Amino acid sequence: MLKKILMGALCASSLLLAKDINIAVVTHGADTDTFWSVVKNGVNNAKDDMGVNVNYRNPASGDLTEMARLIDSAIAKRPDGLVVSIPDANALGKSIKKAIKLGIPVITINSGATYGKKIGSLMHVGQSEYDAGLQAGKRAKKAGAKSFICVNHEITNLSTEQRCQGFADALGVKNNMLDVGVDPTEIERKVKPKLKGIDAVLTVGPTSASPTIKAIEKARLGKHIYFATFDVSKDILYGIETGVIDFAIDQQQYLQGYMPIVVLTQMAKFGVLQSGDINSGPGYITKSNISLVEKYAGKYR
Amino acid sequence: MADERLSEESFFSRFFKKPEFTSVVGVLGVFLVFFAIADDAMFSLEGVLSWTEQAALIGILAVGACLLMIGGEFDLSVGSMIGFSGMVMAIMTVEYGIPAWISIISAFIIACSIGFLNGYIVVKTKLPSFIVTLASLFILRGLTVAVSRMLTNQTLVGGVKDASAGDWLASLFGGEAFTGLFLYLADVGIIEKFADGTPVVTGVKMLLVWWFGLTVIGIIILRLTKYGNWIYATGGDEQASKNMGVPTDKVKIMLFVGTAFCATVFAACQVFDYGSADAQRGLLKEFEAIIAVVMGGALLTGGYGTVIGASLGALIFGIVNIGISYTAIDSDWFRVFLGMMLLGAVMLSNSVRKKIMRS
Repeated sequence: MLKKILMGALCASSLLLAKDINIAVVTHGADTDTFWSVVKNGVNNAKDDMGVNVNYRNPASGDLTEMARLIDSAIAKRPDGLVVSIPDANALGKSIKKAIKLGIPVITINSGATYGKKIGSLMHVGQSEYDAGLQAGKRAKKAGAKSFICVNHEITNLSTEQRCQGFADALGVKNNMLDVGVDPTEIERKVKPKLKGIDAVLTVGPTSASPTIKAIEKARLGKHIYFATFDVSKDILYGIETGVIDFAIDQQQYLQGYMPIVVLTQMAKFGVLQSGDINSGPGYITKSNISLVEKYAGKYR
Repeated sequence: MADERLSEESFFSRFFKKPEFTSVVGVLGVFLVFFAIADDAMFSLEGVLSWTEQAALIGILAVGACLLMIGGEFDLSVGSMIGFSGMVMAIMTVEYGIPAWISIISAFIIACSIGFLNGYIVVKTKLPSFIVTLASLFILRGLTVAVSRMLTNQTLVGGVKDASAGDWLASLFGGEAFTGLFLYLADVGIIEKFADGTPVVTGVKMLLVWWFGLTVIGIIILRLTKYGNWIYATGGDEQASKNMGVPTDKVKIMLFVGTAFCATVFAACQVFDYGSADAQRGLLKEFEAIIAVVMGGALLTGGYGTVIGASLGALIFGIVNIGISYTAIDSDWFRVFLGMMLLGAVMLSNSVRKKIMRS
């Protein structure tokens, strides 16, 4: 009985959602990643604002070959537009190429700008990861940093590696990446012993930043270690306020969810398309401009 | 007829009492749900291929896991083994320029030796296989990350496609079958074409052929050879079968080699199809394989189950896993829905089984 009611409700909701323009979004963010939750909020807001039907999918466990199959199933429905992130061109290339060959407009977000261009995507919404890392590294060098570790919870993603690489190149040292996985307790334990004898830390996102803040606070090294991080979350803002984190690089990922839906909707409706990419970041968040960000952290920032 | 033992059972009643019948019911149940709530595209050729591929991945593992579970043991290192042997193949092929077929064969040899070691430790120490293979789960995953970082400075090795182009063994795993047939179907107009005239679907991935092949081999071993009887006996009552002269230790070790072999088939298909190996591949796949086997009617305690059932269980898993993306269900609810559907499928087939057994 319960099953029947549930099925009925699902049927009804799928009918209600049926609108003229269908856009598929497939990203690689795991379910629990706070960063991607903001992107999804951007997608949902744009969906409501534009009045279109959007199907958002992501591989629950972060397996990229599963993501390829999700793209395949999205394509099977022949949507009016496809929005994808490309953390690994090898695994996803074939599926995305298929969409482009079928004439489905493709916009890349977050990662995969260069590869997307090569196979014929419309545009990219994101920030240049290497450059953002390089700029951050230069700031750290100015402050006197000579050695660093890069705490990376998404080590298989090429763009997080580029962030670390840019930072390393600015300091002129080897790219010292620490593969920590996604479990917060585990990250804290792995980071703690590495803090001795270095003077800068870069974390590649909120997932690795929160436990790193804890590790640094517990070791009472907040004053001695120059701490830069990518992206924003409640914990990171708290870190900036208390002075543990010196600055955060904000790629304003809300726009990475919002803008592609707007662009694809206008394209499907009137065939108009702006030229060039949309740079959603980088912006810097320091103690001086934090209050603005604070209000919407974790939801829209 | 006076004696009921002499009465012939009808064909249907015999069919219903097979352990795999209940998983057929499960498959039908899941199909019905998705017919009701999913987009039509799910049952187009592209849609069908996308969920059968997912089913094939789990199915390949389920064959090995099923035989082992009937033999009374578990292998939790399957997922890590996928990551590990995939990385071995990719590093050998890409970083050292070794021909892909040598890399593949070496990966199989290494994986099977590790499987042998797993089995040997279980048999010799009499420790539960749950614990022994849980240890190998960590060791193998750790080795994958450590070795790939040591040799290549990263945990994602790409470029396998270029390095293995034209290799006969690589195409046996990463290639596509029936390409001629699909080309013909596209010419007749049954399959959609791209603007340039090539078919949208060019063939069936070798993955599916391996799933089918391994399932058939599994059925033959279990049904038609003495080894099948040995496996059932070992899982049913180890001491009794030992007394009867069944080499239970050897049987168990070979079954562990079998799961390692299946994991490596999985890894090879993925590496040569997608062109990259990644240290995270195969995460949690050991549990998905066990779920498929149990949905197929096998007992966790060993001694009972069939390979066909396990393959059908894998099919259920594939349909549910990919089918959700054809519905309007929000991705936030993905795991909730997945779990509920799996539980529903098992409960349905279980209640059917009980009813049949009573009659």
